[in-house]
Amino acid sequence: MPIDAASNADLRMRVIREIEGGIPLEPHPYRVIGERLEVSESDVLEVIRHLAGEGAIRRYGIVVRHHELGFRANGMVVWDVPDNRVDEIGRLFGEQRFVTLCYQRPRKLPDWRYNLFTMVHGCEKNAVRENVRVLENLLEGPGFPHEILFSARRFKQRGARYAVAPRLESVTVRGARETPRSEMP
Amino acid sequence: MNEFQRDLPLSREPYRDIAARLGVEEETVLTLLRRLQASRIVSRVGPVFTPNRLGVSTLVAAKVPPDRLVEVASLINRCPAVNHNYEREHHYNLWFVVTAPDQAELDRTVAGLEKQTGVSLLVLPMLRDYFIDLGFDMRWPPDDAD
Repeated sequence: MPIDAASNADLRMRVIREIEGGIPLEPHPYRVIGERLEVSESDVLEVIRHLAGEGAIRRYGIVVRHHELGFRANGMVVWDVPDNRVDEIGRLFGEQRFVTLCYQRPRKLPDWRYNLFTMVHGCEKNAVRENVRVLENLLEGPGFPHEILFSARRFKQRGARYAVAPRLESVTVRGARETPRSEMP
Repeated sequence: MNEFQRDLPLSREPYRDIAARLGVEEETVLTLLRRLQASRIVSRVGPVFTPNRLGVSTLVAAKVPPDRLVEVASLINRCPAVNHNYEREHHYNLWFVVTAPDQAELDRTVAGLEKQTGVSLLVLPMLRDYFIDLGFDMRWPPDDAD
């Protein structure tokens, strides 16, 4: 029976579940996935091409861990910038090479005043602070209130799981002596 | 690794294609990737999904009393909808991301975590994404030549 792989929502979700944790490091990764799902290699590839084509996949390739590469410090820098300038400033910050995330988020007054979030990486904390100064210097004028939230313990880190009915997993909390870790977007 | 953080060929034999581009054997590429994965430098090979396209997600922050932090982090980790979960040096000391197929499910999950932990949660969904994800430049410090 021929199947229209790209429009088959169930197959799509099953393929997402197979690939979200990474494709097999085997010569024919999609054949391996196809065998698990009892569909052809071409069906698997067609679903993935379709996801990429509709913009659901931001990038496709090798995903590295910053911390293990020596970028041991990361600071989530939160900024209180005027609402009418947040797009302009967000785009400017998002272009900087040491910034790996740049999002507008809602303020939650009175508890939370910050509306722009950037993830800034560096080999150690001072390198992160220096990069934050680079960001400040990109802007004219007196500057905007901001704070750097350095990461301490990493309790959990993995790619987002979108597939429904996620597999159960056992996760242990790391010890209190854990060194700071960085995170992947 | 720098070259193939994005635009991995969507072909039947992607590792053979990488090998051909680099002028090496396919087995060399596979062996290297397996080794980098074993040493945790490579997390995985595959997609990074666009936020809020296949489902919805939000960043959540909590002010947890320090003596309850490990316990609360543990409760939150147990929820399969949570991916990143970090301690940060701030009075909002616990930060995590919750993902769900739709908004209603996300709201239910967050409410459930709030009830389970007894900690009030600050929900900070992404409103706009300004970052263009090109992967991570490993030639650090990057030269400005390009």
